[in-house]
Amino acid sequence: MRYEAPKTLEEAIALLSGANGQARVLAGGTDLLIQMRSGRADPGLLVDIKAIPEMKSIVADAGSYRIGAAVTCMELIENEAFAQGWPGIVDGVSLIGSIQVKGRATIGGNLCNASPAADSVPALIAAGAVVCIVGPQGRREALVEEFVSGPGKTSLANGELVASFLLPRRAPHSGDAYLRFTPRTEMDIAVVGAAVNLTLDDKGICSRARVSLGAVAARALLVPEAAAALIGTRVDEAALERLAAAASAACRPIDDKRGTKDFRIKVAGVMARRAAGIATERARRRN
Amino acid sequence: MALNHVSATVNGDRVEFLCETGHTLLEALRDELRLTGTKEGCGTGDCGACSVIVDGRLLCSCLMLAVEAEGKSIQTIEGMATGESLHPLQRKFIEHAALQCGICTPGILIAARSLLERNQNPTESEVRYWLAGNLCRCTGYHKIVEAVLDAAREMRGG
Repeated sequence: MRYEAPKTLEEAIALLSGANGQARVLAGGTDLLIQMRSGRADPGLLVDIKAIPEMKSIVADAGSYRIGAAVTCMELIENEAFAQGWPGIVDGVSLIGSIQVKGRATIGGNLCNASPAADSVPALIAAGAVVCIVGPQGRREALVEEFVSGPGKTSLANGELVASFLLPRRAPHSGDAYLRFTPRTEMDIAVVGAAVNLTLDDKGICSRARVSLGAVAARALLVPEAAAALIGTRVDEAALERLAAAASAACRPIDDKRGTKDFRIKVAGVMARRAAGIATERARRRN
Repeated sequence: MALNHVSATVNGDRVEFLCETGHTLLEALRDELRLTGTKEGCGTGDCGACSVIVDGRLLCSCLMLAVEAEGKSIQTIEGMATGESLHPLQRKFIEHAALQCGICTPGILIAARSLLERNQNPTESEVRYWLAGNLCRCTGYHKIVEAVLDAAREMRGG
């Protein structure tokens, strides 16, 4: 096994596309090293992308953000301006493993590992984040909700990698939140996750909303029906009730050791409703 | 297999070692540099026994490749005391009997130091959350948390 730490995206792409599928991208390594240790991954080449400046930077530009794919959870949590702008995304990354794991695990890795229960992904989907992908054919963009195709599977072609995420400028009175259900508050994997991102108009009416659910289907879901339940309302009890019903109706979960289908369907509604409450509070506090 | 040559700083000392690409930083610390204070528990980032600080960042050395340590500054438990003089956290762990078998202790001390470097006055709840990635299977957590809070108090000069 060879190790390379290229300093530019072009070099990284050349290494990846020249390796006939035998290469793996090494970012934080918190999933890859475990796969290598258990024998599930046996790459011939590791391409460490952490020496590429574009992949390690958080760039704010007139209210929008470009987050390098190799930015760690802790770097996002500690970036006060980002944490104020996108508290729901920070809710998500704050729940990924221990402090030790968060010090290494990256936002791009959480997406590319393609776990249906990845904690940052519903919040990124709710935020309307765009994935910037670079490969031998150049650059392309995709919505986060379209990137993962199933458990452990992404739409990356051979030689491609995720370079960064783009987050849009926020309208005034916008707020987001992510909540998950787990038996233990830390160091656990979501049984259900729910993210809500919404905007209120000057009269306190919800003008825009996006709702995403994790761990209730083969990949994190964008649920437009749940968002529609909020739009045009004051996010009152009746709206939250309809949101919860729409969220539960969108679930296509499996039974596993962490929860049954029925439990996940019910809890998805509860989590979505509570996340909407937090997002609304945050939106009201913001100018 | 070609070995990788790595230069790094460990506890302030310049070190060089050779490693296979698949070897973890934990393996290099223990087997190449003979710094066996850092322990292996699970090997999968769940238990925190192998915690070290790399360029100021707390992490599990079982989840970092040794070859990634090139040019990095690493702090391990061996660098915590100053000569014969224990770090306040180490003294407080003894005073509070915050260890039993001791396997988790180096990792918990390193993690606690990393917390106190960022937050001189943590609440009990903040200590418990910060140490959530460090498992202890014999003493239990209460004495550990008390020892960390007491060390923080002493280090603040109270």
